[in-house]
Amino acid sequence: MELKSRDLEGRQKILGAMVLGVGLIFILRLFAMQVTTSHWKNKAERLTEEQETLQPARGLCLDRHGELMVTNAPSYDLMVVPRLLGEVDTTSLAGILNLDPDELVTRLNKASRYSRYKASPLVRQLSSREYAQLSLELWKYPGLSIRTRSVRQNVQGLASQIIGEYREADREDLNRDDRYQLGDYLGKSGLEARFEHQLRGTPGVRHHLVDVRNNVRNTLTELDSMPVPGSDLTLTLDAQLQAYAEALLEGKRGAVVALEPSTGEVLAFVSAPSYNGNLLTGTGRGQAYDSLASHPWKPLYNRAVRGTYRPGSIFKMVQGLVALEAGIISPRTTIVCNRDIIGCHGAHTSDDLKHAVVHSCNPYFYEVMRRMLSQHDEQDKFDNARLGMGWWTDRIKRFGFGTDLGGNLPGTRSGLVPDSSYYDNIYGRRHWTFRTIYSISIGEGELLTTPLHMANLAAIVANRGWYIEPHLVRDVGGRGKPEGLGQRREVGISPEHFEPIQDAMQAVIDDPTGTGRRAKLAGIAYCGKTGTVQDGSRADHSVFMAFAPRDNPQIALCVYVENAGAGGEWAAPIASLLIERYLTGTVSQEMRERRILGATYPLDPQFAQLP
Amino acid sequence: MSARNLRLTAQLDWTTLGLVLLLVMLGWLNVVSATAEAEVVWDLTGKAGKQLIWMAVCAVLLVGLLAVEGEFFIRTSVIHYVLVLLLLMAVLVVGKKVGGARSWFGVGSFGIQPSEFAKTATALMISWFLSRDGRPWHTLATRLQSLIILGLPAGLILLQPDAGTVLVFGGFVFVLYREGLSGNVLLVGVGLLVVGVLTVLIGAGTSDYPWLGEASGYWWFLMAFASLGTLVLWLVHEATLPRNRKRIRRWGTALLVGGLAFSAGIHWGMEQVLQRHQRERIHVLLGIDVDNPDADYNIRHAKAAIGSGGLVGKGWASGPMTAYGFVPEQETDFIFCTVGEEWGFLGSALVVGLFVLLILRVLVLAERQRSQFTRIYAYAVASIMFMHFMVNIGMVLGLAPVIGIPLPFFSYGGSSLMGFTLLFGILLRLDAERFSVLR
Repeated sequence: MELKSRDLEGRQKILGAMVLGVGLIFILRLFAMQVTTSHWKNKAERLTEEQETLQPARGLCLDRHGELMVTNAPSYDLMVVPRLLGEVDTTSLAGILNLDPDELVTRLNKASRYSRYKASPLVRQLSSREYAQLSLELWKYPGLSIRTRSVRQNVQGLASQIIGEYREADREDLNRDDRYQLGDYLGKSGLEARFEHQLRGTPGVRHHLVDVRNNVRNTLTELDSMPVPGSDLTLTLDAQLQAYAEALLEGKRGAVVALEPSTGEVLAFVSAPSYNGNLLTGTGRGQAYDSLASHPWKPLYNRAVRGTYRPGSIFKMVQGLVALEAGIISPRTTIVCNRDIIGCHGAHTSDDLKHAVVHSCNPYFYEVMRRMLSQHDEQDKFDNARLGMGWWTDRIKRFGFGTDLGGNLPGTRSGLVPDSSYYDNIYGRRHWTFRTIYSISIGEGELLTTPLHMANLAAIVANRGWYIEPHLVRDVGGRGKPEGLGQRREVGISPEHFEPIQDAMQAVIDDPTGTGRRAKLAGIAYCGKTGTVQDGSRADHSVFMAFAPRDNPQIALCVYVENAGAGGEWAAPIASLLIERYLTGTVSQEMRERRILGATYPLDPQFAQLP
Repeated sequence: MSARNLRLTAQLDWTTLGLVLLLVMLGWLNVVSATAEAEVVWDLTGKAGKQLIWMAVCAVLLVGLLAVEGEFFIRTSVIHYVLVLLLLMAVLVVGKKVGGARSWFGVGSFGIQPSEFAKTATALMISWFLSRDGRPWHTLATRLQSLIILGLPAGLILLQPDAGTVLVFGGFVFVLYREGLSGNVLLVGVGLLVVGVLTVLIGAGTSDYPWLGEASGYWWFLMAFASLGTLVLWLVHEATLPRNRKRIRRWGTALLVGGLAFSAGIHWGMEQVLQRHQRERIHVLLGIDVDNPDADYNIRHAKAAIGSGGLVGKGWASGPMTAYGFVPEQETDFIFCTVGEEWGFLGSALVVGLFVLLILRVLVLAERQRSQFTRIYAYAVASIMFMHFMVNIGMVLGLAPVIGIPLPFFSYGGSSLMGFTLLFGILLRLDAERFSVLR
């Protein structure tokens, strides 16, 4: 019995050891959790710390005179924390939000899947008015709150196609650039996209401590940083000229490109029909986009840089210049208007270069082209045509045709200047001669140019032999023109050869029988050239290019009005109004202006007879 | 009278009292922090203020207990025990239902939990019963009667149901062990725990059976357990001396059949008795993937709070996890999360160390007694403390299932504090009288 009792006394050691063992296990476990790993620490931080991104103010867009074109405006996202919202009557909430109840349920489920504790957007970009209405009802729903964010506002709704869209980053953007997070906005097209990095600025961050209901309870300031605003973009556009050009093209399809010849800066840039870019922000974006995308006139299609047209008779000036430079003709060379080989118009029999341009004489330029292509004295007519074609293509491309003109404007297309191999592909090698391809001599056939190319041609003629690649940006954040903009290009034509061309272009306007007589402006001596481009069975495209004034040119431009008729009827008067407005700030030809502003398709032939 | 008091202060075990007071103070600081009520402590309206009132009440109670002769507790043991049994029965009828269990008497804004006092009363009762003459442990009658004394209150508490407190009653096995219960009982207990864990782990999956197709993986386990067990039993049987074989056969078969029955019972209980959320809790604890993000919400947040404390913690009242409501029940059962987050590894290890010291100190007190009653009672106190300590801290560290029992002297709550004050007050008084006991 005594032995037994001592035996039992030993059991206190076993019990003590158990207590110590458990304590030791706990301490080891604590050490593992608290000291050896940051796993739990990170987990706790994810739960309690929330990083609020402070969006920087996006850079503004100004016109060349500093007038505000694109600014930032507040917009309101309705956010939901599903856990706090709990069970609600979705029908009445849908009524308040002006949403379909099924759509609301879908969105609530999506938000719940993202997080039940964190806020996610339920309705994006409410307008101030919608927000004001909603805020009266908001208190009834504990899980709903408003997040203010900044959206773009185009002050006058101008140049929307070229400024482009600023909207939410999609999956692809997020994968490409990890500086963007879900829900961030970025420039998706146009200048907004091209200058995204300069416009965006640097986001700041603020660290909060949140409680289990995601209320902000405290701030941690040591890691915070302030946002750095984006750089302002000063455009080369003249807002007033742009607004006027858009107004003149209202109700029509077409394009206007106006350049400053000495700098290559784009003064006005219109693709009609244009639209107000503000439509593409806010809750109505989807609907507005669909209606633009399905419109038969394709307003989303930027005709000014992407519309490719045959150059028509305007191209004859280029032919003349190349031939003069090569010595194939002189300004005094006359060619008989032989209408047996190619049709012509107007009363003339034999013209020199100036008059051939004024009269737009087809046989003259047919003959010029023939001489250019056959200047190589090869025995074989096919080889001769091939060599001649190569020589010709090189010189035409120096005018910027068939190139993207430096590609400084978003979406620029190159158009087409055919070369020997192009024809080899169509007809087969040694299966074509000048007679096969002669229609390019008068700007028809396979040639394709954009309105930008034509405006640039006006600038080349104004400058007498050079141009600067067209561009849209004058200054970024006070640091001047971005590098690469403003490259000067020589076209390889001596300045004196432009004299007869400019004479002819002035006569187009000043001559009482000139095709551009409807574009005459009192007190401004300037140069222009009409073009009338066939479009299958539809009415011709009306085209006019011009620069003004002839001495010391300030503006070079090109106007396209699709399916409107002859160049002199519509494009020329529109160009004259723009020139006068730009040079003098006023419009004296009120009748002319009224006729243009009132015109919509079908353009009334009777109306078109008025001066 | 005065001479007696002098003797009491001289004999009182100040080490134990000091440890208890230290734990109470540290606990209260953490309650203040966890309830984020540092500013309303002194107007006594918040939880921290209420706890201050309870602390004052318990201080008075402690002084009162120390003034009572130890003989009083011994003689009234049965009365306390019966009283508590009546209260436990009454609470099942008129009790307030809180969190699915009927374990509270509501008195105004205060609530009283009779199960907290049942521990003390049962400790007194078992000490009285086993220390009486003529009750040698080795008789079957004593064993069965002891089992009934412990089982009655435990059974009533299970009806509430309050699994945590029942688990604490399981701690009395240590008292019985010290008084002569075979160590094999503890070993069998550990063995059953292993079998239970394996049952749940394997039963949670499915298996592809020949001819039968896919079914619960449990049947595979049961077959393996039975065949392997038989094989081992046979090998042991063959390896022992012939004269011991009969004993091996009898006990081995009993163990094997009992184990199989236990395993089947656990499996049946998991599938049929437990509710889905309870089953998920057990699965979470054993690391089985649960297809419900909320299932391990509590323990995940508790572990994140403790783990984020680092070496030295975030400082008192500066832990965002506990201050901002991420940890559930953070002023009561999960109070240790606050310690972990705000005081870091050093503070947590200190608190764990204090508890270990306190329990070991009580074991020392137990072994220095001449009175058998006091020794058994002290073992009961140590066992109850040990179970609370092990289950509560084990739970927040993710080592034990989520079972809601308070951390003694630390957790917010008047009944708990008062229950442990009674437990320790009686112990201190009995210990102080140890030299006046004649053998």
